[in-house]
Amino acid sequence: MKKALGELLSGFVSLLTGMRITLRQFFMKDVTVRYPHEALKMPKRYRGHIVFVRDAESGKSLCIACKSCEKACPSDCIVVDGIKREGEKRKSVTDFNLDFTRCSLCGSCVEVCPVDALEFSKNYNLASTRKDVYQIDLVKRMEDGPK
Amino acid sequence: MSFLAFNLLEPWPEPFRLFLYLAGVMAFVGANAAYLVWVERKGAARFQRRPGPTEVGPAGLLQPIADAIKLMSKQVHVPPDSDRILFRLAPVMVMSPGLMCLATIPFSDTIGARNLDLGLVMVFAFGSINVMAIMLGGWASRNKYAIISSARIVSQNVAYEIPMLLVVITMLMITGTTNLHTIVEQQAGGFWHWNILKVWANPLMPVTFLIFFTCMLAETNRAPFDMAEAESELVAGAFTEYAGMGFGVFFMAEYANILVGCSLATVLFFGGWQSPIGVFSGVVWFLVKLYLLIFTVIWIRWTFPRTQFYRLLNLSWKILIPISLGTLMLTCVMLKIF
Repeated sequence: MKKALGELLSGFVSLLTGMRITLRQFFMKDVTVRYPHEALKMPKRYRGHIVFVRDAESGKSLCIACKSCEKACPSDCIVVDGIKREGEKRKSVTDFNLDFTRCSLCGSCVEVCPVDALEFSKNYNLASTRKDVYQIDLVKRMEDGPK
Repeated sequence: MSFLAFNLLEPWPEPFRLFLYLAGVMAFVGANAAYLVWVERKGAARFQRRPGPTEVGPAGLLQPIADAIKLMSKQVHVPPDSDRILFRLAPVMVMSPGLMCLATIPFSDTIGARNLDLGLVMVFAFGSINVMAIMLGGWASRNKYAIISSARIVSQNVAYEIPMLLVVITMLMITGTTNLHTIVEQQAGGFWHWNILKVWANPLMPVTFLIFFTCMLAETNRAPFDMAEAESELVAGAFTEYAGMGFGVFFMAEYANILVGCSLATVLFFGGWQSPIGVFSGVVWFLVKLYLLIFTVIWIRWTFPRTQFYRLLNLSWKILIPISLGTLMLTCVMLKIF
């Protein structure tokens, strides 16, 4: 009898403890990110598809069309072309096509780039119903994008 | 039968008053059944630190209306092998106790549809229709899950009706009346006069309330006692075959029954419309107490996981019934001595 009543009392106290915990949660700030209205900032090391790094002064690409990335790419998804313009010391890029359907985001291109002209984008909305969306022209993308 | 509770609308002619109170009770039950769903979803979200419904209207306030429109646009399909009459009757019946019982609940000294001398008895008489309706709905739909659920509902409610009524008998011995209006009037003048704190009549009065509240949760099939709708084992229990608004009515009836249960608890234990400080009594106090109790019901649901069925029955037969019998005996002794 005494044991049963003791169990009953301790059980009841444990129920109250549970209720106290949930009530405390009730008054805390909610942790949800209301996704379409707001989104979390992607972490620094997130790997989206590669994009050009913009030169801080000229606003142009740093790429010298050395084709190191083209050679380094294990999936052969990069095609680079460039010309030497009058009065410039380095070659500059004219074509940089990335076939993202084959890219495995290994990062060899970013690593190998001698002038650090490539970086990973933070773009994660990459689903599409059309395949040609994944043929990304990095030169055009940079020209169209915000200055 | 007296018309004491009618005096707010005393200058109005009788049929008109009746109609107004009928409309009032139906509106109150309907609005509560719809908006307690919203409160429940918001409450659940807060307990889990989510925002809950936010998109439909400000703070998701139009969500119940959107849900109702969605449910009403669905076909109310009656399974071909079911008992057609009972299948359609069950959702109608399940809503009736909420509407019937609130007719006797005194919201304040002057607001209340009917002041019956047998108010308390009436609430329990009609309250059990809820269980019968769910049972009939489950049985009529001719579905294995629904029938298992119906069987559970019956055994659960047989088990929990007993301690609940024993508690009510205890209350009757102290109050000496089944008139809910009189019961509230007896608790006038400060919170120490409320029945839950009448420890000179029965030192175990708070325990009596806990038994009443636990039984109320079990009778309304609320978590952690929602064995009838145990979706992880019985799909949706007795409501499995119901589609569209048929299901919606069962869903709303759950909240209507919580409303009745919490109103009754307010009247029996928390002094109804009486103010806790003894002055400024009124309908506001009734609503504050009512919604605090409803909040507790939601709070309990989002705190405890569902029990197992045998534990549910053990709790009633091995703990609640002996204790409620004990409090009954104790009240007898206390009343005889003092």
